Amino acid sequence: MPSPLKSLTLTTLLALALPVRAQTGGELHFCLHGEPKTFNPILVDDEASEHVRYLTGGVLVRLNRQTQELEPSLATSWNVSRDRRTITFHLRKGIHFSDGTPFRSEDVAYTMRLLMDPETHSPTGDAFRSGEGTIQVQTPTPDVAAITFPAPIAGLERLFDQVAILSARSPKREMAVLGPFYVADYKAGSHVLLHKNPNYWRHDTQGRALPYVGSIRLDIQRNRDIELLRFRRGELQLINRLDAEQFERLQRENPAVTRNAGTGLDAEELWFNQTPTAPLSASKKAWFGMKQFRKAISMAINRGDLCRIVYAGFAKPAYGPVSPSNHFWFNAALEDPKYDPQGALRLLAQAGFRLENDILQDRAGNRVEFTVVTNSGNGAREKIATMIQQDLSEVGIKVNVVTLDFPSLIERITRTFDYDACVLGLVNTDLDPNGQMNVWLSSSENHQWNPSQKTPATAWEAEIDKLMREQASAPTEKERKAKFDRVQQIASEQQPFIYLINKDVLVAVSPSVVGAAPVVLEPWGFWNADTLRLGPAPELGVQK
Amino acid sequence: MNARGLRVISAVVLCAIFAVGLFAGTVSPYPYAKQFRERPNAAPSSTHLLGTDSLGRDLFARLIYGTRVSLLLAPAAALVAALLAGILGGFAGLVGGWCEKSILAATDLSMALPLLFVLLALRALLPLDLSPVLSVISTFTLLGLLGWPSSLRVVLAATKGLRNSDFLLLARATGCSRWRMIVNHLLPNLRPVLFAQFWISIPVFVLAEATLSMLGLGVIEPLPSWGNLLRGLEDISAVSANPWRLAPLVLLILVVICFQMILPAKEETA
Repeated sequence: MPSPLKSLTLTTLLALALPVRAQTGGELHFCLHGEPKTFNPILVDDEASEHVRYLTGGVLVRLNRQTQELEPSLATSWNVSRDRRTITFHLRKGIHFSDGTPFRSEDVAYTMRLLMDPETHSPTGDAFRSGEGTIQVQTPTPDVAAITFPAPIAGLERLFDQVAILSARSPKREMAVLGPFYVADYKAGSHVLLHKNPNYWRHDTQGRALPYVGSIRLDIQRNRDIELLRFRRGELQLINRLDAEQFERLQRENPAVTRNAGTGLDAEELWFNQTPTAPLSASKKAWFGMKQFRKAISMAINRGDLCRIVYAGFAKPAYGPVSPSNHFWFNAALEDPKYDPQGALRLLAQAGFRLENDILQDRAGNRVEFTVVTNSGNGAREKIATMIQQDLSEVGIKVNVVTLDFPSLIERITRTFDYDACVLGLVNTDLDPNGQMNVWLSSSENHQWNPSQKTPATAWEAEIDKLMREQASAPTEKERKAKFDRVQQIASEQQPFIYLINKDVLVAVSPSVVGAAPVVLEPWGFWNADTLRLGPAPELGVQK
Repeated sequence: MNARGLRVISAVVLCAIFAVGLFAGTVSPYPYAKQFRERPNAAPSSTHLLGTDSLGRDLFARLIYGTRVSLLLAPAAALVAALLAGILGGFAGLVGGWCEKSILAATDLSMALPLLFVLLALRALLPLDLSPVLSVISTFTLLGLLGWPSSLRVVLAATKGLRNSDFLLLARATGCSRWRMIVNHLLPNLRPVLFAQFWISIPVFVLAEATLSMLGLGVIEPLPSWGNLLRGLEDISAVSANPWRLAPLVLLILVVICFQMILPAKEETA
């Protein structure tokens, strides 16, 4: 059972860490990288809306982005039944929404019914849909809510980190919130202005109401160069997820404003097209279907160079589908991805390939040559593909690199399957392996190397299917972990995705922001927005 | 210095640049694709005259090879465009009537289509396993095949001016065939106009290829062209830190200026 002491301890530590000269009030200023599509937390499906939801929504339990542990929030405690179908929350008493309406268990019931209503089409609700049937919500008292799902759900309690509770009775509907801020003003294409929620339930150890800052202004700015320029001018106080080149430059100018939160969850990967209906030659289909071929390619790629040159050292070689920063789910027993071109050649020789005059040929005498596609306009991916081209030329493989505009690329990898290999990134926002279900199940459309299979094409894909389904219904986290460890092991042995690198999460924070501690989980730089505050003499940005 | 002197100097500069591009294999100290991974973004030195790019490739070698690609294929594309404009424009101007109207309608349609999107769609239709050399040829062929409409209007206007000239009337009166009139009488008189259109098109196609490469649609890596070399200038602050990356831009400006300088003046073409 999680303890409320954890959040109290964290608050205390943060409070102690604050310098004396920090003050309350003031306006924190940073950017959203797109227009928020909705302010209704139930309908959130894009990053900008997600960030507004994080800052405004009150949730029953909160995943601490730093410790990666669940902490009590609007619920002081909770229990999950043995069959993992029912979760009972004990709610915090005396809390009010931003408009003054009281928070009760009927609000939880209202939110959950709305979330699970098929008419709502809630992307957040999809994560809870484990089987046929409807949910039951019981509210025996105003501070107890018990929710029963039609089928067991793995990692059930973690899913509530995304569920912002709505008021069942407020005339302001979804604009009445329980989070640290509420939306005070929104101008499309310009900004979202958040004001401090006077009814926010959290207080620091000295009893002062949180959040410390009076407001947050989120400018809508898609152009990352302009965002950086404005930060350097002192107009912004925080930038989330800088690219390596910008970060390195900023670090040279003023190291104090740059924060490397560590290796992120996202990976860049290469995969070969193994779709049986793909319009590829028989020889290519044979190579791409060979485990030794894929492993040899993986061994021949110098991931260290990719990290050093493409990401200026702000990336780590990727082991597999889970980043080492995912403390619980990462399989530490996986083999280190070593660069070994000689080993790759030995493996290729075992599979019947031979190197003649620096040209690799298969058993039938066909030259090993294929095309790697990636999306145009992504400098890092283009560099990765070009470096892979040189690495593989060392083992006699000729690689052509083609960049395509994104719609053309998606058309090829999801509809026509007219491609050999692809370099793309996998965005991973969820720590839980259930978030990767759509990639690993062979029947899924996102099972990129051979999507939408009626029955698994290989024995190892069948085993992954079985393990992924079993982990989703396993009664304990330990059992789930054991099964997902095996999935990672199979992925490492078979290399359907050749994982290349995990990028670091790079953030810029003005020295005027006190208490910032960027983390590898979204929303990275402002996960602790309610305890951030501004110094009395802000030295904004880099240039005064 | 008079205009003729400037024209001579421009021609010499252009010839020198062409020659360096033509003999890139001899002049270049390294292969253009060789990655010196221990020296990415190196400053100019005796080892790397113009430094290295972000992957450690020698920029001088890439500039020379890029010159060959851009400067040899842009004139070829310009020639295709000028010839198409000459034939279609000459025919439309000479024949007139429905023929002129249909060719003009086709021209208007071509000009109304956004060239970039047409190229984008055509490039996406090409097979993926094109070699870099074939990708270059296909890019410039597409540019040549799609670049004729603006020249055609100039040629058409000039042809219409010639249509009722005395020498064509005389040719027609003596029973000269239409084809012979175009080849023997019209085209020689259109030569200055076609020549001007050809010279004007070269820098246009060099710049078009640069634009396409900036969008990742032009010449395929690792083959360099001025276009993909200019992509290194996307990040202005990176350029201020590595000013030698401006070399391809300087060369492009120099070539465009030289092409403009060697064009015959209006009064000379008249």
